[in-house]
Amino acid sequence: MANPSAVCNGHLHHHQKQNNLLKSGISKKNGIAKGIKKNGVSNGSLSKKAFIEHFEQAPMYVAVLTFVGFGVGTIFGYLRDFMRAWGLEKRNIATEREQQKDFVPLYQDFENFYTRNLYMRLRDNWNRPICSVPGPQFDLMERVTDDYNWTFRFTGRTIKNVINMGSYNYLGFAETDANALKTVAKELQKYGTGVCSSRQEMGTLDKHVELEQLVARFLGVEDAMVFGMGFATNSMNIPALVGKGCLILSDELNHTSLVLGARLSGATIRIFKHNNMQSLESLLRDAIIYGQPRSRRAWRKIIILVEGIYSMEGSIVRLPEIVSLKRKYKAYLYLDEAHSIGAVGATGRGVVEYFGMNPDDVDVLMGTFTKSFGAAGGYIAGKKDLVDFLRTHSHSAVYATSMCPPVAQQIIRAMKCLMGLDGTTQGLQRVQKLGKNTRYFRRRLHEMGFIVYGNDDSPVVPLLLYMPGKIGAFARRMLEKNIGVVVVGFPATPIAESRARFCVSAAHTREMLDTVLNALDELGDFLQLKYSRYSKAAHPELYEETRCEFED
Amino acid sequence: MDFKRVKDYFYWLYFQYLLITCSYVLEPWERSMFDTILVTVLAMVLYTAYVFIPIHVRLAFEFFSQMFEGQPESTI
Repeated sequence: MANPSAVCNGHLHHHQKQNNLLKSGISKKNGIAKGIKKNGVSNGSLSKKAFIEHFEQAPMYVAVLTFVGFGVGTIFGYLRDFMRAWGLEKRNIATEREQQKDFVPLYQDFENFYTRNLYMRLRDNWNRPICSVPGPQFDLMERVTDDYNWTFRFTGRTIKNVINMGSYNYLGFAETDANALKTVAKELQKYGTGVCSSRQEMGTLDKHVELEQLVARFLGVEDAMVFGMGFATNSMNIPALVGKGCLILSDELNHTSLVLGARLSGATIRIFKHNNMQSLESLLRDAIIYGQPRSRRAWRKIIILVEGIYSMEGSIVRLPEIVSLKRKYKAYLYLDEAHSIGAVGATGRGVVEYFGMNPDDVDVLMGTFTKSFGAAGGYIAGKKDLVDFLRTHSHSAVYATSMCPPVAQQIIRAMKCLMGLDGTTQGLQRVQKLGKNTRYFRRRLHEMGFIVYGNDDSPVVPLLLYMPGKIGAFARRMLEKNIGVVVVGFPATPIAESRARFCVSAAHTREMLDTVLNALDELGDFLQLKYSRYSKAAHPELYEETRCEFED
Repeated sequence: MDFKRVKDYFYWLYFQYLLITCSYVLEPWERSMFDTILVTVLAMVLYTAYVFIPIHVRLAFEFFSQMFEGQPESTI
């Protein structure tokens, strides 16, 4: 592992003479390797990290029981729909007015079957209103339901100091410390909150210029542009970069903002298997050999859309291999670092630094300020020509309101803290604390016997629950123990792989993590969630360090 | 004290059943309905097994023994 404290001038110098083609020597099925896999290093350079990712499959009976559970839910769903249709039960869902019953139906009943019949029963685990800053601990408003989650009512009590394992507060910059927010308060006094214009008209403030220069300096690129909303950055800028006649190669598990941007652009979209370089290479070869579908002309542009850290899997993109593929086949690379900027890398500069690569290798660097910087908004960075083009041609720049000044100042102060420009080493300490917390949390979860997906260095930790009944039980019981978690089910994840997603933060203390881990241990035994077959809990005899055989 | 542990264990087993069959998400009346149907079906399966398995086993045993012992008898 690279020594994280070897820092000079805020940049970690990796002596990387050439790009390594890390070919995985272990065969994979659909890009998912069973158990624990390590990538071999092909020509042994100095500071190459081991790329360890876990995607363990659960035992067969778990998948069978999951489908049994969904089957029971579906049967009861049909029963309830039947009762609702025949008036045996009150309808709580949206229905048309009496006068419009003969019109073309406005609410297609069957499409929302899953929402009506399964999501509604567990709905109290989502959209929980919080009433404090989403730091390492927060306050929740207590709500109860009288009619099985169709309506909620607030009791007026707040549940205090719930440990927050769901907010994307990776570096702990979501804080209310008056000292830390001094500059933000000053800018709020000076500029107010509203910008009341788009970037192109009168919405470009000196704060935006300062922020853009700082972002470009932070990432080590020529220029950057910031936008008011992270989702809009992706969905509004991809249409500006590609159009009809271009080809988009997008990862299977890309975020909705990338998918939306790709669809809005009108380009042809082809999907490659998640993080699978063989799949990507075969798509690239086909694209170059066969060209566009009917006319067989060469594609105008081929762009690869990937993310730095995938938020549902916790896996990190294989950047060195993608860059070498992109160079070989002359494609462009668009890297969405929403979850990885600030969270990985020795000084928090994202996956580009994590792999020790040059930021010039990636054509379009995109990221958001929502996650690690405690603000809102997104940026696109790269060569000056690219950013100047986007300033005039992006929908977001021309029409969307620009970022509000106090938020811009929050990002400036967080970034200066990370780079060490405020004179302290607090930024670097936060990044290192996050790394320590991540490794500790993941290691303990693996030891306990849970199935946890993703890379060992990613602060996003998905813990697999599988069965629909356990989703609700897990979230509710964790709240009873005063821990707030995010559980995710079917539409966002494959149907048989529902999970609880933890986001480790630099602001979590060791005690908080231990509290959470002890609660997870208890709950894992109670709900029978420890499915892993490779852990210490499953095979204690393989991990004993002191084994001596005494011969008499 | 032991009685409480036994009771807790049975509650835990019942809870596992609720989680596995997704009855945990159902409303109480749906749960009773599901439980009743499941118990009825299981009772019918067990009753059928109790009544018919000994008869089938005996018939199968007779068939196979006839097949093995019937041969020497027929050649003599």
